[in-house]
Amino acid sequence: MSRRARLVVLAVGLALSAGVLVWGLVSVPGFGHYSGRYGRILARDTVPDRHATNAVVVTTFDYRGVDTLIEEFILFVSVVGVTLLLRTQRDEERARRAARAAEREDPETSDALRWVALGLVGPVALLAMYIVTHGHLTPGGGFQGGIVLATSLVLVFVAGRFAIARRGRGHPLLEAVHGTGAAAFAMIGFGGLIGTGVFLRNFISSGGTGLLTGGMIPLANLSVGLEVTGALLLVVTELLDQRLLRPRR
Amino acid sequence: MTDALLIVLLTGLGIGGWLVVVTREPVRQTLVVSIYGLVLSLTFFVVQAPDVALSELVVGSVALPVMLLLAIAKIREQAAAFDEEERDE
Amino acid sequence: MSVYPYLVAAWLFGVGTYGIVTSRDCVHLIVCLTVVQSSTYVVLLGVGYVTGGKAPIFADIPTTSVTVDPVVQALTLTDVVVEATVTALLLALAVQAHKRFRSVDPDQMGLMHG
Repeated sequence: MSRRARLVVLAVGLALSAGVLVWGLVSVPGFGHYSGRYGRILARDTVPDRHATNAVVVTTFDYRGVDTLIEEFILFVSVVGVTLLLRTQRDEERARRAARAAEREDPETSDALRWVALGLVGPVALLAMYIVTHGHLTPGGGFQGGIVLATSLVLVFVAGRFAIARRGRGHPLLEAVHGTGAAAFAMIGFGGLIGTGVFLRNFISSGGTGLLTGGMIPLANLSVGLEVTGALLLVVTELLDQRLLRPRR
Repeated sequence: MTDALLIVLLTGLGIGGWLVVVTREPVRQTLVVSIYGLVLSLTFFVVQAPDVALSELVVGSVALPVMLLLAIAKIREQAAAFDEEERDE
Repeated sequence: MSVYPYLVAAWLFGVGTYGIVTSRDCVHLIVCLTVVQSSTYVVLLGVGYVTGGKAPIFADIPTTSVTVDPVVQALTLTDVVVEATVTALLLALAVQAHKRFRSVDPDQMGLMHG
């Protein structure tokens, strides 16, 4: 199809979408005038029911836990897809040529960058653990914390040599972390099935003090945190090309 | 006050989305989309969605740029290898 | 003000789609897709917003406060995660496509050129 024809099709499509959009907007509550009951009930019940204060995380992992389980499986399967796609047809000859070509062009990472990255690893990892473990009380949770934790490990890659990075793609440890996280969330679901007869129902007593509230929610946050950390690091190591990892001269 | 802030942020989003699309060079676009993610995150913060703001922040400023830059680097590495092959033949 | 967020979302959807259709580079195309997806966040959070409502996190506000809707926020959270995974998968596909077709231009990736 020529570019012009393509733009015409786009214009027609967007015009039709605009029509549907206007039709839909007529019945949407105006911005700031939402009055749905479901969300209000969940928000009101969060604290008395679960003794956790973050209604969003409680909704995500408890009241709507099955949605999140499916979402975690989407994440799991697509990361498996990424590793499969990038690992097939590895052409060693071509990789050597690429490394040679890169050798000529690329500057080294500066020492200043390496040291700054190294200094950030600890604080970032600590922040990640805070975000994961306090997910049910304050904004945060397994997903956000997992990415921050993965960031701290990416900083290790930046800072220099690291066993996982040097081995290149798909370290078995990362695969294990990723899989364990996904499986742990499913296991929590089965825990609900065994404990209460309902899959993913909160089967741990919500009472308690400090961090130990919300029943299974902190556990769910931990498992998702593991899965997301493993997932992002797997994608990063699969995409990392060897020239970024070559030993310092 | 909130309304004024929201109008500014939403307008910023509109302009930001347009800038992301018209920046055709991938490395530069990575930077623009990262800033766009920051504006998106601020908007979520203002509409009282701190959880979503935090996740957009980590996705927009870490996960997305890292994955994009690595993919771009890998594509360039492959392109360099193709060039080398052609020269050899 | 009451429809402005929805209009911005529609605009983001439109420019993102335009970017996808006119893209000459699959990495650029994938980033345009994230712009399209970000329009859904704006719609979702816009629908659940309550003027004067607080974030549904009761760590430092009384449990009787008026809050914005937590359900749409949970949905948006899922949406953001899915966006990140879709991007990862598409980038892997783009790398493979470049290996196969020796080009990043979607127009060069027909069966004819393989």
